[in-house]
Amino acid sequence: MYAYNDFDEAFVRERVAQFRGQVERRIDGSLTEDEFKPLRLMNGLYLQLHAYMLRVAVPYGTLNPTQMRQLAYIADRWDKGYGHFTTRQNIQYNWPKLDDVPDMLEALADVEMHALQTSGNTIRNVTADHFAGAAADEIEDPRPVAELLRQWSTDHPEFQFLPRKFKIAVSGAKHDRAVTRAHDIGVRMVHNEAGEAGYEIIVGGGLGRTPMVGKVLRAFLPREDLLAYCEAVVSVYNLLGRRDNKYKARIKITVHENGLEKMQELVEARFEDIRKGFSGFDQELLKQIETAFAPPAYVSKSSANYEAARLANPAFRSWSDTNIAAHKAPGYAIVSISIKKHGQTPGDATSHQMRVMADLAEKYGHNELRVSHEQNVILPHVHQADLPAVYAALREADLATANIGLVSDIIACPGMDYCALATARSIPIAQDIATRFDELKIEHEIGELKIKISGCINACGHHHVGHIGILGLDRAGVENYQITLGGDGTETTTIGTRAGPGFSADDIVPAIERLVTGYLDLRENADETFLQAYRRLGMEPFKAILYPAEDKANAA
Amino acid sequence: MPRAFTPKVITANALIAGDAVWFTADNRWSPSISEAEFITDEAHADLRLLEAQARQDEIAGAYLADAKDGPNGPEATHFREEFRTRGPSNYAHGKQVEL
Ligand code: SF4
Repeated sequence: MYAYNDFDEAFVRERVAQFRGQVERRIDGSLTEDEFKPLRLMNGLYLQLHAYMLRVAVPYGTLNPTQMRQLAYIADRWDKGYGHFTTRQNIQYNWPKLDDVPDMLEALADVEMHALQTSGNTIRNVTADHFAGAAADEIEDPRPVAELLRQWSTDHPEFQFLPRKFKIAVSGAKHDRAVTRAHDIGVRMVHNEAGEAGYEIIVGGGLGRTPMVGKVLRAFLPREDLLAYCEAVVSVYNLLGRRDNKYKARIKITVHENGLEKMQELVEARFEDIRKGFSGFDQELLKQIETAFAPPAYVSKSSANYEAARLANPAFRSWSDTNIAAHKAPGYAIVSISIKKHGQTPGDATSHQMRVMADLAEKYGHNELRVSHEQNVILPHVHQADLPAVYAALREADLATANIGLVSDIIACPGMDYCALATARSIPIAQDIATRFDELKIEHEIGELKIKISGCINACGHHHVGHIGILGLDRAGVENYQITLGGDGTETTTIGTRAGPGFSADDIVPAIERLVTGYLDLRENADETFLQAYRRLGMEPFKAILYPAEDKANAA
Repeated sequence: MPRAFTPKVITANALIAGDAVWFTADNRWSPSISEAEFITDEAHADLRLLEAQARQDEIAGAYLADAKDGPNGPEATHFREEFRTRGPSNYAHGKQVEL
């Protein structure tokens, strides 16, 4: 993976030193909170309900074992022994003390990590397919491009005060696992008719208050034009985007208000100008970056023990059925480690678990780990022959839950247990749903089902693109949960539709249970997923399950 | 007609630890809402908020929060403010174990 050069190293250290000074001046009273707030946000430090929160960037979700161990060390030394993996492939610490944060940032810099641009109206951490470099359906590893975009966007002088935050996602595969259509810019690797590799550029996607599916701004962009083109997009947005109204400031609104055609015209014109300044240096840089992402030295060995273990151990078979994905190299597998044990907080890993995952990556995984936007951790390169050993070690650490893609593999944002912006809690709802379906023992029978929960309209929990989305709201001083159905975050991105009135905290889990067990009766056969059944049948039968007639009579 | 003034407490986050604190009648920041000054007069609330906000080297983000009078002192009325008196629901962390 990418290693910092002298420039990166000096830059990150300098920012830590600057922030140390800023924290000192805040504590001695020479900076007010109003003055300090933008400075701390530039360094990923939020003030939440019960404490500060430090959001650490994990560029395109890629970590090496040393970094993962350092994250564990930071959790133990300065936090409460755990970290929270987020839907932005980042990790958050929920309990740092202000005067410890400079030391935490220094410890991150020691392993080539930082918290820069994880907040504020800048280009945020670039996200990518968590199976990058490993997936069988991949055209090309998206991470070199993501790294190029990271370098270009970090401290980019023109883009430090954008109208609003700006998120870029990159996918290099046929299947979109990076939710590119829900980002400000989505970059998808494609081939044109001549068979040349390039990018499809999507703009104006986003969830939150006004969810929108991104639109194709350029169907095929030659590889060498990527940076100039992205710079053109962001620069057009920087001028055109609305600064008068925070809720209309994202590029999705700019595209919506001005129309795709006008955006295309403006971007193309700007691009013509900007590209002259790109003399090929970026392409040389990209070549260097690419060497850092060379595929691992795969080994070939027999997978016989894997097959034998599958036959001998039903628990291992079940785990390998759900948590393993197809790898591009023969004999290899992609392991998704579920950070969603039933009843636990989605995305929370203890320092011990982080160390176990680091050890496994080192021993069996070619030193690579990934954080997925679904709040799980991936070992992208594991030989099948090593899967039984990996499974056994994960089991020891309470990390072997066989539920990837199932009803208990829930995305949940921190919600009102931590987040200052929340209107309701999301974690306890996720915990209760997972616990309930575990009791019912039907999640494998249900099959693929994505439930996503957000604690407010900002939609960090991606509820709009959940097959079942749950949005927590404050209705007259009481927590209330709204259900959306039919959302999808893949290459067929769809914003879910609201099913009807919301449910109380007590009623939401029974409502989800009714909905999911009801789907089992509605589906054509065991292969028809919840989403497929919804697409075939539409909202009505699901609505009838959620709001049975007698309840309506009672309510009337 | 202007809306009737509902009783308030002044709350903020402590500067270093970041945890929720409440402003007391004798100008301290208490980790417990029950020690907060219970404010029933709007003009007094505005004045006290200014005084609280001036204490920049102790806290961040002071604001007025709705409260009611309970047997042991002021209590939160909204669930958000109630959570701030306790801590998160997924772990025994924060005030629910520290106080
Ligand atoms: S969706 Fe709302 S509650 Fe959840 S993390 Fe985002 S801002 Fe906070």
